[in-house]
Amino acid sequence: MKRLPTGGRIDRAAPRAFTWDGKALGGFKGDTLASALLANGIRIIGRSFKYHRPRGLYGAWSEEPNAIVDLAWKGEHDPNARSTLVDLQAGMAASGLNAWPSVAHDVYGLIDRFHRFIPAGFYYKTFKSPRWETFEGRIRQMAGLGTLRRSDDRRRYETRHAETDVLVVGAGPAGLAAARAAHAAGLRVILADDRAAWGGSLLWREGVIDDRAAADWVADTIAGLDGATLLPRTTVFGAYDHNAFGLLERRPSAADGWATERVWQVRARHVVLATGAIERPLVFPGNDRPGVMSAAAVLQYLREYGVLAGNRVVLVTNNDSAYETAHALIAAGARITIADARPELGAIARRAADHGIQVRANTVPVNTGGRHGLRWVDVAPRDNLAARERIPADVVAISGGWSPAVHLHSQAGGKLRWDAAEAAFLPEAARPGQHLAGAITGGTSLAEALEAGHHAGTVVASTFGRASAVLPPRAEPAAAPSPIAPLWFVPVPDQRQWIDFQNDVTLKDVALAARENYASVEHLKRYTTLGMANDQGKTSNVNGLAALAAFTGREIPEVGTTTFRPPFVPVSLGALAGMRHGRLYAPIRHLPSHADHLGNGAEMREYGGWLRPACYLRVGETVPQAIQREAASARQAAGLLDGSSLGKIEVQGADAAAFLNLLYYNELATLKPGRLRYCLLLRETGVVYDDGVVARLAPDRFLLSPSSSHTAGVLAMLRAWHQTEYPAMQVAFHDITAAWATYAISGPNARAILGRLATSIDISDAALPHMAIADGSIGGVPGRIARVSFTGERSYELSVPASHGAALWRHLLDLGARDGITLFGIEALSVLRAEKGFILIGTDTDGMTLPVDLGVTAPLRNKKVDFVGKRSLLTPDATRPDRRQFVGLLPADPRFVPAVGSHAIETADGKRRSIGWITTSCRSPALGRSIALGMIEAGRARIGETVELFHLGQTSRATITAPCHLDPAGERLHD
Amino acid sequence: MLLMPCPWCGPRDEPEFQFGGEPATRPIPAAEVSDQRWADYLYLRTNEKGFHRELWCHAGGCGQWFLVERDTVTHVIHRTLKPGEPA
Repeated sequence: MKRLPTGGRIDRAAPRAFTWDGKALGGFKGDTLASALLANGIRIIGRSFKYHRPRGLYGAWSEEPNAIVDLAWKGEHDPNARSTLVDLQAGMAASGLNAWPSVAHDVYGLIDRFHRFIPAGFYYKTFKSPRWETFEGRIRQMAGLGTLRRSDDRRRYETRHAETDVLVVGAGPAGLAAARAAHAAGLRVILADDRAAWGGSLLWREGVIDDRAAADWVADTIAGLDGATLLPRTTVFGAYDHNAFGLLERRPSAADGWATERVWQVRARHVVLATGAIERPLVFPGNDRPGVMSAAAVLQYLREYGVLAGNRVVLVTNNDSAYETAHALIAAGARITIADARPELGAIARRAADHGIQVRANTVPVNTGGRHGLRWVDVAPRDNLAARERIPADVVAISGGWSPAVHLHSQAGGKLRWDAAEAAFLPEAARPGQHLAGAITGGTSLAEALEAGHHAGTVVASTFGRASAVLPPRAEPAAAPSPIAPLWFVPVPDQRQWIDFQNDVTLKDVALAARENYASVEHLKRYTTLGMANDQGKTSNVNGLAALAAFTGREIPEVGTTTFRPPFVPVSLGALAGMRHGRLYAPIRHLPSHADHLGNGAEMREYGGWLRPACYLRVGETVPQAIQREAASARQAAGLLDGSSLGKIEVQGADAAAFLNLLYYNELATLKPGRLRYCLLLRETGVVYDDGVVARLAPDRFLLSPSSSHTAGVLAMLRAWHQTEYPAMQVAFHDITAAWATYAISGPNARAILGRLATSIDISDAALPHMAIADGSIGGVPGRIARVSFTGERSYELSVPASHGAALWRHLLDLGARDGITLFGIEALSVLRAEKGFILIGTDTDGMTLPVDLGVTAPLRNKKVDFVGKRSLLTPDATRPDRRQFVGLLPADPRFVPAVGSHAIETADGKRRSIGWITTSCRSPALGRSIALGMIEAGRARIGETVELFHLGQTSRATITAPCHLDPAGERLHD
Repeated sequence: MLLMPCPWCGPRDEPEFQFGGEPATRPIPAAEVSDQRWADYLYLRTNEKGFHRELWCHAGGCGQWFLVERDTVTHVIHRTLKPGEPA
């Protein structure tokens, strides 16, 4: 292995220092980490998953099954970096995985000695008693790949969305020709290729296009795609319904603070799949030894990176494609022997022989040898495997044919057919909006690939009624290659032949699976883990199912393939999440007076998507102390609450009253303008969905106040019922929640404080009694005052436009100072409403709670219209006498607050049974004791009874009461 | 990710839409409907494989509900209909 003085795309004037297992090495700009390791003579790069066998580079790009490393750079870390896909950067620190102390000297390699005892399924067969979980941890420790560091991923990821006329996947000759033709027809083109450089196979295969060197044609073509979206280093990893695609764009050179990876979601009218093909390995004894490499990869390392993989190369093939590698290696100074498995030498082989290359027909490899890397390979005539001959070699370059990269076609629902002549699965037919060009359709010459690509581009253009303004690119037609001769494995007993390098699946494992009747390819995959490593079987898939076909006496098409699923290459969770994490995951809403709350010492917490004050801490106070103080002050003097997040939906129209009467449980037709009513909203199943106050502002105008977290849901429900059930009704809805700031003053001093407010609204009890609402000006701005109480105290709710909210908040604090006004948060409000026995939707109710369970029965008896959910309240289940009902509970020990979720227990015939549970509990400052609310079977009939409570092994007792613990007559509302 | 033509807004990505399930006709007058009939309306759906009629709402766009005729196997969308449009 050595770096040649010339050749390749690397920039020898720009060295890049890096380390491998702590050792300082050097590469160049333009290297991948893999090519730099190879140039430095690093042979063992990984250890296999199961047997800890030493592994080297097999491939040069995304097909690579072995060379996964731990990578750290610029403070970042990737525990499973795929070295063939990493652009080498200065300062990178790479090291081997799944080995100790290092991949070169791995003590776990001893496991390989016992391979006979650990065939496929060994772990599941052996460690099943008493339970797999007993052994799982230890086994997984010995297997597995990278180790995560316990630190945040500080890289920036982004998501982009795009819509285009045509997405071209792959910028080889076919893809470039397609993009060129479509672009010349004036279409919007996105061209994506997973390599850093354009050209695909033209990067490492020679050719002449339009009388120029292929590299020049590539450069000219890219330069001509003016205005197209060009995405190098971008893998199209998934094809989804209706031509939606997921693209992963890697941006290793992004400046600090910019995204290093982007996921593009692209919707394409058309897609051209010019994804090429992946070279298959040959399956023979010892084929996993470091130094056994893909013939195409050997050529890529040579032509792209100027790295000669070996000086003494034995090239083993069953097709013509590897001969280009042989000629290139000889030109670079290597010694070559070619073993061609085909019985006769074809034209291209004879030409090689004429050049003085030693070419043996009808010859296959039967073994390899060498410690820590390859020293020799044994070959033998295919029909006489015993007649072995040993050839010294430091690289065995193998080509078992080509598997078209049909992944995206298949993900999009495309069917595959087995082509015996090509020995490959090919797309049966393009999917709608999909066009196939180049090697994905089977072996093509350069001229054919260019022609197919150009054709695809012009066909796409014609669907838009356009013609391409360029002539098709031309290349010399090539002579037809000699046919491939399938060589699925070499029938040598007792020696392991690898099919899946990363997951250590051998020919014997497939034989075992077949013997144990895992004859379906999907079962084979799961039983042996064939193709389940992070290369997803790119090199092993076809060889595995061909072996299964042989062992089950079937033809390959009868065996079929496993289903291709996204992603084509691993995509990090960070890239998929993009910016949607941390504070941007679910952006939280802020109140108009947010800054004032912070200034007032608020402890802010999230409630229903809003950041609201839980309580306002004074110096030296704990949160529970603050909650008790605030709740007590609201009853003794006055409290001020920010209720701006409470939902506000305006409903207008000639039929607004009739419509709402059909939707809500409570009677709304009789509600007078200027008045409020507390209402329940049910689902059609009768279950209580939301509660809130409905205000009638005018005969044809209502204002709903859903729970903060249900506002969007209530609006959606109104719309759905209007559009699908009552479309003829004249009614419209609008969410105005964010437009208004709303503050509630509650307590015996509320009236006095409000008396000092400059407002045009008459707040006398005669003009504004409990459950009334009025419009007017408040401090010179348009506003509204409602008499509504969530605390049980005399309360006023003031609303002004949100932009005036903060000013009003400060003004109310000033006005109330001499009357002892106290800020209170959501937690104190929860205590106050618990004292009153007011329900909190979703806390005291659940997905089974009917209004009758809450004791709200009048509308069901009296309301005539067929409101939503009414019929469900008449079913046998809804009228069962033993339904759980909403009640209050007073713990026997007034200092003990039973936990929410504590069960009430009944003992009958020696068996304990739950008859319900606590939904709310707290210490009540007004009562000076603990209180609770809950749902208890036939609870209303049990009022006065004592029940046993049970929670986490602890028992206590409580007396069942009515839900309202304080002022059941409601006199405080009018004090 | 489906590409679905909203009858008002044109083709839009699936995340803009909210699925509303198979349409079920509300039996009226509800008070005269048997428990069984009411339970069927609430809970019973055919869930056909293949051709399927569904309600969807363009919740992230115009907010309108509409009917979709699509194939649950091939994911082909045959057509979308405004409410009341002749089927």
